Amino acid sequence: MITSTGWIIITGILAATSCALVGTFLVLRKMSLMGDAISHAVLPGIVIAFLITASRNTFPMLIGAGIVGLFTVWLTEQLSKKGRIFHDASMGIVFTTLFAIGVILISLYAGNVDIDQECVLYGEIAYVPWDLWIWQGTNMGPRPVWILGLVLIMNITFITLMYKELKTYSFSPQLAATLGMPVGLIHYGLMGSVSFTTIASFESVGAILVVALLIVPPATAYLLTDRLHRLLLLAAFFGITSAVGGYYLALWINSSIAGAIAVFAGIQFALVFLLAPKYGLIGRKIRQQIRYKSPKDAILSQEPTLP
Amino acid sequence: MDILFEFFSLQDPNIRYVLAGTILLGISAGALGCFAILRRRALVGDAVAHAILPGVCLAFIVAGGKDPFMLIAGAFVFGLLSMVTMDFITRNSRIAPDASIGMVLSVFFGLGVVLLTFIQSTGHIDQSGLDDFLFGQAASMIGDDVLVFGGLSLLILVIIVITFKELKLISFDPSFAQSIGYPVKRMEFLLALLMVMTITAGIQAVGVVLMASMLIIPAAAARYWTDSLRVMLLIAAGVGAFSGITGSFISYTAPAMPTGPWMVVSTAFIFFLSFLLAPGRGEIARYIQKKRLSYKVASENILKTLYAMEEEDGRTDRLRPLQELRKRRHLTKSRMKKVISTLLNKKLIAYYAGTPDGYVLTADGRREAKRLVRVHRLWEKYLNQHLQIAEDHVHDDAESMEHLITSEIEAELRKSLGSPELDPHLSKIPYDSEDDPEPKKGGSLP
Repeated sequence: MITSTGWIIITGILAATSCALVGTFLVLRKMSLMGDAISHAVLPGIVIAFLITASRNTFPMLIGAGIVGLFTVWLTEQLSKKGRIFHDASMGIVFTTLFAIGVILISLYAGNVDIDQECVLYGEIAYVPWDLWIWQGTNMGPRPVWILGLVLIMNITFITLMYKELKTYSFSPQLAATLGMPVGLIHYGLMGSVSFTTIASFESVGAILVVALLIVPPATAYLLTDRLHRLLLLAAFFGITSAVGGYYLALWINSSIAGAIAVFAGIQFALVFLLAPKYGLIGRKIRQQIRYKSPKDAILSQEPTLP
Repeated sequence: MDILFEFFSLQDPNIRYVLAGTILLGISAGALGCFAILRRRALVGDAVAHAILPGVCLAFIVAGGKDPFMLIAGAFVFGLLSMVTMDFITRNSRIAPDASIGMVLSVFFGLGVVLLTFIQSTGHIDQSGLDDFLFGQAASMIGDDVLVFGGLSLLILVIIVITFKELKLISFDPSFAQSIGYPVKRMEFLLALLMVMTITAGIQAVGVVLMASMLIIPAAAARYWTDSLRVMLLIAAGVGAFSGITGSFISYTAPAMPTGPWMVVSTAFIFFLSFLLAPGRGEIARYIQKKRLSYKVASENILKTLYAMEEEDGRTDRLRPLQELRKRRHLTKSRMKKVISTLLNKKLIAYYAGTPDGYVLTADGRREAKRLVRVHRLWEKYLNQHLQIAEDHVHDDAESMEHLITSEIEAELRKSLGSPELDPHLSKIPYDSEDDPEPKKGGSLP
């Protein structure tokens, strides 16, 4: 039998792995803030799905969030094209407005909706062990674990099936288009995965801290490797360590688990940022010193790098 | 209705304070937001706004409760720290700016959440009102808060007014500013400071989560109405003030409602109206312009078709039946009718009954058609001669340019080509001859 601590850590690990895998492509594609935007914008989708089904039924919520997530991406692109405003500003307009509508809906239907504003912001991973899925009288374990597990399998399947396409697309969408790859499908497929992942992790870690899991572990891994498959594995690894480390940090200082996970991920990044052999701050400074001493070595030591 | 009256009669001094505070905040955020979006720093504001949460919490812990001065100090320090961190990460690693914004946003906010829950769990600090900083609660501002936050907003406005010229310069062309000896780095730092100050001033009314939208949305809405920065600033400030009024009104009538989301939704509403209705840049205005242009193109094409027919058989007195026109120009029946009636009204073509009945160019119409054909062929000649484009590739481009070339451009073309006789396809370029009748006023198309 798994203890409640065990369930919380498993939930954290599942969420962190899912987020890290799709987040890697966001970071490579320089669309990290799309993750931020989607994670905020799905809120009204969740609340409306809540109000319609009057329950925490998972599939309507996943579908509602998926639709709103893709709608956010589409609306941002349309607004910046048609409305001729910068992409970042149009993203800011779309997601803050949708998020504000979500918060208003929650305040309006506070009685009917089983989520509150704080849960939206930092989730309730601590309650996971008691959110059980009873199926035909059998206790199947915590519901979030099942959902996150399902989403993780979906993500792994998506990435494995589309690996070559995703790889080409994340380094150069133009090249992917020239090679005849369905760029639109890849783009919206990725955005769909981000939406599903966000919504599944949302309950556990909340809207803003999903962003930490989406971006920080892949960015950390990005300082350590130049190969995509290693990047994915390392990102997942850092996601898992932040989930576990964050849990014990929270236990130690008696605070929100989700917040502690974000902080732990941040500390990890700071360490790698300083110490990474090739792209770390200290390593680079040292190499700069050496480069001044011998220009020939400096030129020889320059390796082709990722964009 | 009563409550509306009660609110706007400003009998309650508390309402007056709150209203003054939120309006000032809306104005300063709106105005500063213009610089933020023009310099493409919109989402940096989002990150800074989230990142001040730990500062607010630390201020609570240090002061043992809510103290406006400590709050501002804490928020300010963390806002600045977050900006420096973002900048440091992008400058010293291969992490792209968007990822560093996202990281700072979420990690700092995570730290804030940790501190928030820490305060709640220790319980010995007066924690009432701490949650209000997440989504804002204008109604919970009391005298001192309004003075401090309103004062801060006022200070921001004064700085913007004083340094307007410099801020304008670095928003549009920092390299030029650098080259004429402006201290660009220092100005950028000032702008960053102002942004942190604005966000700090907004925490009480809007909250940290949605503060960024008070920078982005009013400025983006204002952009639709004007091309002048000064006017844009004023409009954005107005939109900000409006949202301040809406937010504090709702916060007054329904105390359970957080203020921030309502301020955001009300500015988003104005943004949407601007997006649709603004003259010139708005969607509707642009749609009308597009329709008008396509109508103009259709009518000019009819004139050209009639002229082409005249060129073919050399007869300017023959009636051209409608069917023949429709064979050459594929327009729907109703559209063709509309276009023809416009041309008739403008006396560019004339209708005569007969067997068969048909249309003929008037003298004015012929001159206009000639002009179109002339600029078309001049443009072809120009592309062929100056841009070395093969003569079988120049037609399509000229087909669209002929509707856009003004008389000034035509004169330039003639000057640079020396009024040639023939176009690249060896068709004659028609010039107005001496014996053409004098042009009448109102002959040309809109």
